[in-house]
Amino acid sequence: MTATVMTATLGTRVPRIEDPALLRGAGRFVDDLRLPGTLHAAFVRSPYAHARVLGIDTADARALPGVAAVLTAADLTPLLTDLRLPIAFPEGQLPPEVMPFALVRDEALHVGEPVVIVVASSRRVAEDAAERVVVEYEPLPAVTDPRAALDAGAERACSTADGNLFKRFRVAFGEVDAAFAGAHAVVAERFRLHRGGGSPMETRGVVARHCSESGELTVWSSTQMPHELRHTLAERLSLPEDRVRVVTPDVGGGFGTKYLVYPEEVAVAAAARALDATVKWIEDRQEHFVSAIQERDQHWSVEMALDGDGRLLAVRGTLVHDQGAYAPHSVNVPFNSATSLPGPYALPAYDMDVAVVRTNLVPVIPVRGAGYPQGCFVMERLMDRAAERLGLDRAEIRRRNLIRPDQMPYPTPMRTRAGAPIAYDSGDYPACQAMGLEAIGYDGFGARQAAARAAGRHIGLGIAHAVKGTGRGPFESGLVRVMPDGRVSVYTGALAMGQGLKTALAQIAADTLGVPVERVDVIAGDTGFVSLGHGGYASRQTVTAGSSVLMAARAVREKALAVASGLLEAAAADLVIRDGMVEVDGVPGMAVPLARIAGMLRGLPGYAFPDGVSAGLEAVEHARFDQLAYANAFHACEVEVDVETGGVRILRYVAVTDCGRRINPLIVDGQVTGGIVHGIGNALLEEFRHDEQGQPLTTTFADYLLPTAHDAPPIELLYRESPSPLNPLGVKGAGEVGVIPVTAAVVSAVEDALAPFGARFAEAPLSPVRILETLLQTGLRTGPRNGEGGTP
Amino acid sequence: MTGDPRAISMTVNGREVTLTVEPRVSLADALRQDLGLTGTHVGCEHGVCGSCTVLVDGTAVRSCLLFAVQAEGTAVETVEGLARGSALHPLQEAFRRHHALQCGFCTPGVLMTLVELLRADPCPTEAAVRDALSGNLCRCTGYQPIVAAALDAATVLAAEAAP
Ligand code: FES
Ligand code: FES
Repeated sequence: MTATVMTATLGTRVPRIEDPALLRGAGRFVDDLRLPGTLHAAFVRSPYAHARVLGIDTADARALPGVAAVLTAADLTPLLTDLRLPIAFPEGQLPPEVMPFALVRDEALHVGEPVVIVVASSRRVAEDAAERVVVEYEPLPAVTDPRAALDAGAERACSTADGNLFKRFRVAFGEVDAAFAGAHAVVAERFRLHRGGGSPMETRGVVARHCSESGELTVWSSTQMPHELRHTLAERLSLPEDRVRVVTPDVGGGFGTKYLVYPEEVAVAAAARALDATVKWIEDRQEHFVSAIQERDQHWSVEMALDGDGRLLAVRGTLVHDQGAYAPHSVNVPFNSATSLPGPYALPAYDMDVAVVRTNLVPVIPVRGAGYPQGCFVMERLMDRAAERLGLDRAEIRRRNLIRPDQMPYPTPMRTRAGAPIAYDSGDYPACQAMGLEAIGYDGFGARQAAARAAGRHIGLGIAHAVKGTGRGPFESGLVRVMPDGRVSVYTGALAMGQGLKTALAQIAADTLGVPVERVDVIAGDTGFVSLGHGGYASRQTVTAGSSVLMAARAVREKALAVASGLLEAAAADLVIRDGMVEVDGVPGMAVPLARIAGMLRGLPGYAFPDGVSAGLEAVEHARFDQLAYANAFHACEVEVDVETGGVRILRYVAVTDCGRRINPLIVDGQVTGGIVHGIGNALLEEFRHDEQGQPLTTTFADYLLPTAHDAPPIELLYRESPSPLNPLGVKGAGEVGVIPVTAAVVSAVEDALAPFGARFAEAPLSPVRILETLLQTGLRTGPRNGEGGTP
Repeated sequence: MTGDPRAISMTVNGREVTLTVEPRVSLADALRQDLGLTGTHVGCEHGVCGSCTVLVDGTAVRSCLLFAVQAEGTAVETVEGLARGSALHPLQEAFRRHHALQCGFCTPGVLMTLVELLRADPCPTEAAVRDALSGNLCRCTGYQPIVAAALDAATVLAAEAAP
């Protein structure tokens, strides 16, 4: 590098460039698009969890005035290269049959699966017509419990599949049996963990416009993966990829829910093409509850072996994972759960047997945290059990087992799904724990608790660690271009869905190029501008897109300095860029605006062009990432439990986060706080329920409870910054590490509060009813035991 | 089922409007689709999320639960009417300072809920703010920055109102 890079905004709390439009109600979400002549779609969905489709009569629906088309699987089949959606993971992991069809062909596998698409002049007419479609079903037995689904002779969730097992695999290393044979103590527990959904406040939605004149299909979708959507649509509709453009408008939250190419997106695009028209479908919330992906149940049976000092020897067990009707992201969630279990601890031996089971419920793909919260919960609860068994303090047993900073980078014996070693790159876990304990007043808690108990109040404290792999590759695109007016445009295949990505990328470009943040425009998730991209998932974007934008901006800077050096007759090393002007450092007036250089690099037809530089004041980079950057967190919380109502109030919440260098601490605070409150929903509130026939019982926000302002506690945020050595910014993703330890910490605190009753919790969420049931079973019957716990 | 369209009049953000809607059309849909005021968002259409909150004659209502025809003759205020020309409203400014919005989908409804609160209670306690907000779901922010922004905006507005 030549010349100084002005780091004016990196690391500072820059207000977001996204905010003004959103605050004025001038955001453009997909439902806000009003294209002339738009037709509106509604879906007829399966009312059964499992049923054969015997026949569909659409005549009545088609007869309704205003109806443009009523399409079944049979109608879509000739429009698509394959009615089934393609796999988006390496071949061989799972067969193509784990993917859903764009519309149900002959067997519906969950309530809510789309069977017919109706297109009409308005949504109201489309819904009226959908009610007139007559589908004849033969109901089949529904599989809803993943454990029972593994029994010999269990009904099959899909009649054409061999059984209900999508896949069985092991994550194992070390001498597990020997470790258990020689253990000083073994603690064992069964866990039932329900995770819940992403539940973005904006539902899914898609607008597809086909224009036969130009042969172009333009799709606006509230998606987290625009490039994959374009690829899929082009392939399934037999269109050249460059005739398909996917644009993501403002996205009203994703949290994993929108990281999928959905059947509805393919059906809507196919309808738009067939009708040569613009077709819009906006999911309503009821549809969301039965057709947008979820995470649900995992059943763990796990034991932990320890030596006499409380040091970990081994963990082994089984995990049965409810995958739902399809496996569109292969086995990612249970794989992450199993590989994240060791977390921040040095674990010598491990053997987890994982069964990924098909049920007649909504398909599962990762929700914010992506399987890590469950692995974390199991490990942290076992740590609490082990502390109790060995008579050790909960913090002390953790401290003894934490990976030490001098062991970093720390290679675990496990591998990521890409086959790379799982190796923690940096971090100081013991220091994070010490900071958190200090902040929550851990040492004085015993006295506070005793005083509260004497006053008839039940308070408890819980702690938990988390480690999260972030910045998943293989790469992300970053194109930086100085426009002829001097504004800077940044284009990326990464996806903005509320995290402040645009501001973070603008800061990186602005600082590198010496322009104010306000002069940078970021266009994320428009396939018309960058040809490659992977979108928003796995806390990856600041790491991957941020690095690409940094590298591209540096290349642009080099170019600008090379040209300016000629114009100003000064060495590039003597130049600085300030406020959009390339200046000879210390010589006021010797300057040339970036805008002029951008203009020169556009070239003039037939005239001379600056020497030694390529065309355009722009550069594109695809920084490559083979390894993950591991963020970590330590959380501590204090709760009060009302033993009359089972209600839990979180009194204080302390979160220590290390996500490497923070580009914008304001945004990181937001990511962590939002993640924690999501986790509180998982710990206490959020549960998708269904009956034995697979009929969902939670299809409104009155049944499926999200945290409200009342449920969110005061949260204290603390940070350590261990820069990642794996990227030039030193950053790690912050989007998920906040959610991961919450359930473990809260449930631990509840159990601590109810220790006098001998209450034990190995599940989540803990509703007031579950707490009261537990108190009735254990506590009230036997009476308080004065803080003395039973053995698990 | 559908019923004949009817003409209704109301003021929206101080402007007199007349539109013709089917009786089954919600106020939210009428604002968004007929008047092009897409700042009001629809997150659930069943009265829980609060994204669709607007003020009708000064009272915060869920515009997904109100038929447009019921708003006949009323004064409706939406998020589009909040800013003071090119300057943001102090509440909007406070939201930006405190990072009280992420995706921004819930934000218009949250803002209108807080406008109602701050008019009725210019110096609310934190508990009062949380109470007022309890009918607005936000998946992104964790609420803490929204509460902080509301309290901060109250101070700014009080200073403005001071003689
Ligand atoms: S859309 Fe009206 S309350 Fe949710
Ligand atoms: S800012 Fe996204 S839901 Fe509130």
